[in-house]
Formats: sequence, C-alpha cells, structure tokens
Amino acid sequence: MKLKENISKYIFLTLAFSSISALALITVFIIINGVPIIAEVGIINFIFGMSWAPSHGEYGIFPMIIGSVTVTLGAAVLGVPIGVCCAIFLTEFAPPTLSKLFRPAIQLLAGIPSVVYGFWGLLFIVPFIRNFFGGPGLSILAGSVILAIMVLPTVISITEVSILALPKQYREGALALGMTHWQTIRSVILPSAKSGIVAAVILGIGRAIGETMAVIMVLGNAVAVPESILDPVRTLTTNIGIEMGYASGTHRQALFATGIVLFIIIMVLNATAQYITRKKK
Amino acid sequence: MSENPTETQGSIKLSTKSVNLYYGNHHALGDITFDIPSCAITAIIGPSGCGKSTLLRLFNRMNDLIPSVTVTGDVFLNDVPIYGKDMDVVSLRQKIGMVFQKPNVFPMSIYENVAIGPKHHGIRSKRELMEIAERCLKQASLWDEVKDMLSKPGLGLALGQQQRLCIARALAVEPEVLLMDESCSALDPQSTMKIEDLMQELAKKYTIIIVTHNMEQAARVSHMSAFMMIDENKIGRLHEYSDTHQMFINPKDKLTEDYITGRFG
Repeated sequence: MKLKENISKYIFLTLAFSSISALALITVFIIINGVPIIAEVGIINFIFGMSWAPSHGEYGIFPMIIGSVTVTLGAAVLGVPIGVCCAIFLTEFAPPTLSKLFRPAIQLLAGIPSVVYGFWGLLFIVPFIRNFFGGPGLSILAGSVILAIMVLPTVISITEVSILALPKQYREGALALGMTHWQTIRSVILPSAKSGIVAAVILGIGRAIGETMAVIMVLGNAVAVPESILDPVRTLTTNIGIEMGYASGTHRQALFATGIVLFIIIMVLNATAQYITRKKK
Repeated sequence: MSENPTETQGSIKLSTKSVNLYYGNHHALGDITFDIPSCAITAIIGPSGCGKSTLLRLFNRMNDLIPSVTVTGDVFLNDVPIYGKDMDVVSLRQKIGMVFQKPNVFPMSIYENVAIGPKHHGIRSKRELMEIAERCLKQASLWDEVKDMLSKPGLGLALGQQQRLCIARALAVEPEVLLMDESCSALDPQSTMKIEDLMQELAKKYTIIIVTHNMEQAARVSHMSAFMMIDENKIGRLHEYSDTHQMFINPKDKLTEDYITGRFG
C-alpha cells in the first residue's frame, strides 16, 4: 500500500517536472542562441535599429516592435470593448437559455485554428479594406481585426468569471438603494470587477502579441515603420515565422534574439496580470 | 421595549393583505395579513426557515430578483399597493431601504459608499453630497470614527463599523422605511449594542422592520413583534402579532410562548 502510494507520487512528480523542464529548456535554448548576437550588435542598436537587412549584417528590430505594438493596440481597441460588453451581456442581461447558447459558441471561437483565421482574413478582410479604405489591404487594420476576434474568448471568459465571482450582496446592496440595473452595473459591478477586467485585457493583449500564423497572412510583412493603419507591417512573431526557414548563422541568432524580446514582453504582461489579480485579494 | 407606547399607535406605514408567496411550486408564505405602524420598530421573529427574510424582502420587492418567485395579494406602503402594475420598483426601493445580514460595503471609499445612492438619484453638487455623507454618518453614529479617513476604503473598517456604514448608506437615500435583515448577527456584542441604540434613535424618524434570531434583541428594541412559524404543510404563517411587551410578558399562544422562552427554534 505504502509502496503504491509512493510510486504514484513519483509518477506525478516526474510528469510535473517534465512540463517545467520544457519551459526551462526552451528558455535556456533561446537565450544561448540569441544573447550573443545582441551582445555583438549592442542592445540599443538591436532594439532601436531601424534597418533589418540580414544579408548586410544589419539587425535592427525597431520596425517590428512598432508593428507588434500597433497591431496589438488595434486589436485591443477593437476587441476589448466588444469582449467586455459581451461578458456584461452574458452575466447581466442574457436569459439563461441564450447564455447557454453563447458560451459554447465563444469557446468554439477559441478552438478555430489560427491559420483558418488568417486564411479567412486574407480572402475577406483584406479585399474589404482594399476596396473600402484603399491601400494594399494587407495592413495593420487587417491584422487588428483578425486579432480582435481571436482575443474575444480570452477577454470574454475572464471578464465573465471576474463578474460572476463578485459577492451577490454587492448587487443586492446597490439595487436595495434604489439604483437601476444599469446604474448597479456601471457604478458597483464594473468598478468591483475592475482588477479582473484589467487582467482579462492584459492576457488578451498577451495572446494577441504572441499570435503568428493568422497575422503572417494579412499583415503584408514589410519591414518598415508604418505611417497609417492601412500600411503593411511586420511583427516580432511574423519576423521569426517568415525567415526561420532559410536563416543560418548570425541571421538565425538574430531571430532567436527577436524571440527573447517577445518572451520578455509576454512575461511582463502575464506577471502584471497576475499581480493585478492577486493584489485584489 | 417601547419607551413611548403612544408612538406605536401611530399611523399605519405598511400593511400586507392576504399575501402568499411561492418559490416555483413551493408555497413559502401563506396568507400574511398585518399592519406595521410608522415610526416604530417591528420585529419579525421565528425559527429558521419559517420565511422571516422572505417576508422582509417582500417590502422592497427584493424577492423579484429570484425568477421563480410569484406573489399574490398585495403590500401597501402609505396605502399604495406596491405590487401594483404601475409601481416603479426603483423608486420603491428609494423609499424602503435595506441593511443586510452581512455588511455589504462596496469596494470603494467610505465617502463614496455613502454618496453613491444620492449621486445616482440626481444630486451632482460635491458640496451637497459631502453634507449628506456627513449627516448620514452622524446619524449612523460613525462620523467621529471615520471623519478623518473618508477617502479610505470602506472595506478597511471593522465589521461593526462596516455595518453602520451600510446603515449610513441606506439613510443617504432618505428612505421612509428601513428593513434590517438580522443586521447584528455577524457582529460582536458591543457593535450589536451600538446598532441597537442606533435603531432606537432612528425609530423616532423612520419605520424600522427587523428580522432577528435573537429573542433578547426583539424584546429590547422592538415595539411590535410578529412571530412566524411554518405549519404542517411547510407554509410560513404569521402565528401571532402583537405589542412586544404583550407578547413577551403574556403570549396569547402556547407555541409562541415555547419559542420565545427558548423551548424550540
């Protein structure tokens, strides 16, 4: 009996460690591969360099940082209000039958492979933008629209959970003061769920900034600082995705270094989200 | 107990007429009819599960939040039927405030907790809101304890203070009636005493209805007592309703006597 207990304990321990060690392995690997080139080019030149020309040995990723930031911001601007409103609707207004229909549908949205989003964006969003707004269509706007849809499940479900986690006494207390349903939502429910909603937004942004496949297909991938949201851009992720196939030597190292930058951005975002949700308690 | 018995004979503030309440198929309140005098404290007492809180929540239509609830009969506030078709529940709840069992201070500052009601009922001037907050916190005898920390979070207060903050918040809407649902049950004896004193004070201006498990509390503070009991069909009924003094000294009914002397419940 005792032996059986111990065996199962060690099996679980081993499996738990293997998932952690995967993280450690990847981290160590990209650092070993990426840090030398950053050291060689210089961290300032690497991050703020305007020119990315691997054949000339120029590795500046600033246009890609701008690309990632603009596309992600666009996704947040489009996706966050829709997601938060959708969560409010599901928790506060939707009759149970409707929310039972809505929830699995939103989960399904999270299950669609990103390449399908990209393909759909390329065939539908890109021509739409080209015809109605001008430009090449392959643009920040197209990427933002696709990413906005892709972050919806994250934003909706985390916002919903944080609203549902509020004690029902808040709602009752507000209504008992003679506040209307909407006043209750706006002045009591949303401020009380604020930290959860902020966490939802940050995790959504983290999801958007790390997305590769869908945006590769709709962004146009030009390495240049964009002048409008109708210009094509390249993000940190798509830079790796496009060039990894043929990169070698220092070029390959520079792609790993791009990965390090991405890795740090996402870690900071996730840590912020965790800090905000934890501070509440 | 009533210090001024003539006051309990004041006009009738609230009355229920053959009220029945159902949770789905479950008949929870059966044929409740009684009158609640204004500017007095009426205590609803009875064993757990007899429908005391349900009865209390009838008065500000809090039961409406539960979709399966149906109510027949009617409740009258100043002779106006509150379950009538054209009753505006929001304005009803401004007239009938409520303090809950556990203090439900909102996660915002002490000042904002008190000001939130009047602010949503159209008072915009900061100065005016501040005056209301000060007056209500004084009424709830909390002002001296919090006057230097109005911008601090309300949840940082001790539980007894939080409950008085909830009372101040309810008063800020200027209700006519205050419902208190076991509002002392989560508090220590000292805080309970403070709130009981406060109730006595408030009863000069407001009609107060309390639900309590604590017989001593009912005897100490209330003018009228309503004893509820479930019958053999598990329907909550108003078993006896009379002057508190009368009920505790000389209950009309054996069951009431057994309950208030602590033989069951």
